[in-house]
Amino acid sequence: MTRREDITSKLDWVTVVLYFVIVILGWLNIYAAIYDASLDLSIFDNSLNSSRQLYFIGGAVILIVVILVMDFRFYETFAYFIYGGVIFTLIFVLLFGTEVAGSQSWFQLGPFRFQPSEFAKFATALALAKYISTLGFRMDEVKNQVFLFAMIAIPAVLIILQGDTGTAMVFAAFMLVLYREGMSPFLLILGVIMGFLFVVTLLVEEKAYLFIAIGVMAVVVIMMGKKTVKRIAMIVAGAVIVAGFITSVDYIIEDILKPHQQNRIKALINPEADPQGAGWNVIQSKIAIGSGGFSGKGFLEGTQTKYDFVPEQSTDFIFCTIGEEHGWVGSLILIGLFVGLMLRVLYLAERQKSRFARVYGYGVACILFFHFSVNIGMTIGLFPVVGIPLPFFSYGGSSLFAFTILLFIFLKLDAHRSQVLTH
Amino acid sequence: MNDSRKLVIPAVIVLIAVIYLVKLFSIQVLEGKYADAAKGNIIQRVIEYPYRGLIYDRNGKLIVYNTPEYDLTVVPQQVEDLDTAKFCEIFSISREEFTEKMTAAMKYSRVKPSVVIKQLSNEDLAKTEDFLVDFKGFNIQARTTRAYSEPVMANALGYVSEISKRRLDRDTTKYYRQGDYIGQSGLESYYEEILRGKKGVRLKIRNVSGIEKGAWLDGKYDTLSQPGENLHTTIDLDLQKYGEWLMEGKSGSIVAIEPSSGEVLAIVSGPSYDPAQLTGRNYSENFTQISQDTLNPLFNRPLMAQYRPGSIFKVIQAMVALQEGVITPNTRIACNRSIIGCHGPHSNEDLVGAIKHSCNPYFYNVMKRVVNREVSPDPFEDTRIGLAKWNDHIESFGLGSPLGIDLPNEKSGMIPNVGYYDRAYNNRPWKYSNIYSIAIGEGENLVVPIQMANFAAIVANRGFYYVPHLVRSIGDTGEPLPVYQEKNYTTVDPQYFDIAVEAMAKVVDSGTGQYRAKLKDIVVCGKTGTVQNDPLPDHSVFIAFAPRENPQIALSVYVEDAGQGARAAAAIASLMIEKYLIGETERPYIEEFVKKGEFLF
Repeated sequence: MTRREDITSKLDWVTVVLYFVIVILGWLNIYAAIYDASLDLSIFDNSLNSSRQLYFIGGAVILIVVILVMDFRFYETFAYFIYGGVIFTLIFVLLFGTEVAGSQSWFQLGPFRFQPSEFAKFATALALAKYISTLGFRMDEVKNQVFLFAMIAIPAVLIILQGDTGTAMVFAAFMLVLYREGMSPFLLILGVIMGFLFVVTLLVEEKAYLFIAIGVMAVVVIMMGKKTVKRIAMIVAGAVIVAGFITSVDYIIEDILKPHQQNRIKALINPEADPQGAGWNVIQSKIAIGSGGFSGKGFLEGTQTKYDFVPEQSTDFIFCTIGEEHGWVGSLILIGLFVGLMLRVLYLAERQKSRFARVYGYGVACILFFHFSVNIGMTIGLFPVVGIPLPFFSYGGSSLFAFTILLFIFLKLDAHRSQVLTH
Repeated sequence: MNDSRKLVIPAVIVLIAVIYLVKLFSIQVLEGKYADAAKGNIIQRVIEYPYRGLIYDRNGKLIVYNTPEYDLTVVPQQVEDLDTAKFCEIFSISREEFTEKMTAAMKYSRVKPSVVIKQLSNEDLAKTEDFLVDFKGFNIQARTTRAYSEPVMANALGYVSEISKRRLDRDTTKYYRQGDYIGQSGLESYYEEILRGKKGVRLKIRNVSGIEKGAWLDGKYDTLSQPGENLHTTIDLDLQKYGEWLMEGKSGSIVAIEPSSGEVLAIVSGPSYDPAQLTGRNYSENFTQISQDTLNPLFNRPLMAQYRPGSIFKVIQAMVALQEGVITPNTRIACNRSIIGCHGPHSNEDLVGAIKHSCNPYFYNVMKRVVNREVSPDPFEDTRIGLAKWNDHIESFGLGSPLGIDLPNEKSGMIPNVGYYDRAYNNRPWKYSNIYSIAIGEGENLVVPIQMANFAAIVANRGFYYVPHLVRSIGDTGEPLPVYQEKNYTTVDPQYFDIAVEAMAKVVDSGTGQYRAKLKDIVVCGKTGTVQNDPLPDHSVFIAFAPRENPQIALSVYVEDAGQGARAAAAIASLMIEKYLIGETERPYIEEFVKKGEFLF
């Protein structure tokens, strides 16, 4: 195992190609999203985001080279340091950061801005992988569970404090990783039930109906089974918990969430209620995508995105450009590319000999999945408008760099998978 | 355990992807509404309003033209830090009105412009332009409105205003849309389709802020607007102005026609209003005020006022009788005032003398001779036959039906015929003794001033007329309109007109017209009329043409409640003739008399 092999021959080129195809398509679509026929500027024109994105892509390539030439043991060895460093920056940005669009999550360095929260994702993934791969780690120990939740929660809470709820939500993706590593599915199922109740609470204006329905269901369930005291007590307790959850969701939405957050959630349920206001983003996004038809209007022929009907058309709503200009076929291809990438990463993760690399790989796949489903889901009205980018595709340096680092650390680990000893 | 979990995560990923693709297929392929919504988002139908045609007088002077006016529009989304109090003060609107307009604009669209204040004039704009930068979201949108070189001719020109709901519903061509402007009366209405041109439509692409981003499909579905054509009228603007000046403070009308062409030289309706009042921002307010005026300035008297013809009718009676051969110019008839009243000292006149003195018994007899020719032994039947013949003659002078002038709402007047009297007498028999008052222009006869001016032109032409008209040519080709090139002959031979001309010359030379209508160098032929108007004073009427040979102008003048035709109407008619033929009056005392307006004594 001492023979140094060329990194290029060990690298998983399938992933690399998928990565570059998505990045280049993203770049073209950033250009399409802002293209103005009356100006007819080139994709390289310095005043356009597409030109800046090209610099970001160049930067990402440099990052890839750096990651690939560094020693693969660095990431495992320094996982906690990296995590600690990122936590420190998150606190720092909270105190000294620049506010952009209502979020205190940016550092301004001359003409450059960057967002440390983007980097918290891979740092957290590394730290979790390191902790789980510790010799003798057992998922069913409560101490371990508390520790893991804390590792996930600390960056998430700091990011919420910055005012960037969307990015904080991404950390929920790690629950899937923990599930893969042996966490009881009870927590996941609980999460799904809570999500369901959450939506029902939003849908039903008059909460009394919900409480009546819960009561009726509880009675029906009691009648259907054995009428032991213990069983009845448990069902009643469950009904009370559900009712309490609904009440607190209602309370949180109406009294704790900021108005713009309330509106985003309400717009998901009924965007037509306020088409000029909170529902605007969702309606315009659906119009743009819906007007693409089966095969789209053609490259640079989209109208809804480039005439600014769709907000944030080169960042969070970049998928609208695909939907409008390339139709259902384009959407299918892009979703196919992402699904292919995620499944490939999962496949690679499963073939790792080291638990560290496998857990980290799952972290990568789950973060990508969360971004993918939330980002595209919101553009077609299946998810509230949450400002998180489409990985590798949306305009923005911080996001591209962070996802590149996230992915290529894993590819580096994968390239060296035969050099590690299994625990 | 972990082996099955390996599969759960990929399964969830694929499941989500499939759900998204199904949802995408539904909104992209199955539901068409998003494609329509996308078009609605970006395509703006911009109506290109063509330039409305201009109106010129006979000498090429501009009468009606277009002037820019400005609408103040607002895009609610762009409004920032608005100082409402200052805004209301500068644009002089009330706070309630402002709030109402803004609410309406907001309701219409937050990103598209709505009109807040309509029709700001150039002056308004100059006053407010400097402040506009302080009012973010407010913009000026230009369009044109009608403007007038002189404050005259309001009724003949008509006005242009927003199309009414009713008119819009009746528009089968579907040309007009709510908010469009349309000619409402006068030439503006009669020549609406020529003046308005043709609207164009441009489909423009605009972005979310309403900013233009070029033509939809490179203008494939655009249509060009066509500017309206200009009207070259027959009006002499100076004469028109002079006529309006003379008619100031009076009710009545002046219609002047060039006999050799039927071209209307002047058409004055009194009282009138400044046509500029019915343009611009104060339209509604002014319209209400004008339409509620008890003197009814919107009533176009030259075409719509119907009067009994009075003594002027005797000239026509004379010619009909000559044509029928029942009298000769030398026929003398005693002024037997026991049959019908008369006026002035005369006893046994010939035809010219009878016209000159307006002898009632003479024309009572003349018409009796025309009507009762004893073609039937039954006196009732005889009258019916005679009256029908008489009617044919009278109607050939353009009486009893609209002449067909190129203005809306022309009244027909009234010449009673056999059917009329049958109805009036409920099919009981009637004869000449029942109907004789029409012989002297009283009774059931009704004429409108334009018909009387046309009659003067017929006499001037010795027997024919062209339909009076205000527009000589459309567009700038100068080609006269063919519809007005046709001569209409009366049933009376030209030789009998010479006698009428002779009589009318006498009226002015030594008869009732001698005091106020006689001119030094020009032979004016005229006839006074005094139309009974109990219990109010009589209407003063005068028809005339001049010069006697090769007449240049024929006219009728009506001054309501002003007494004898020889006074107000004759004075005004002669001043008009002087103005047109000489350029100014040589009798300032007559002008003074007219302007003073004290015609009754």
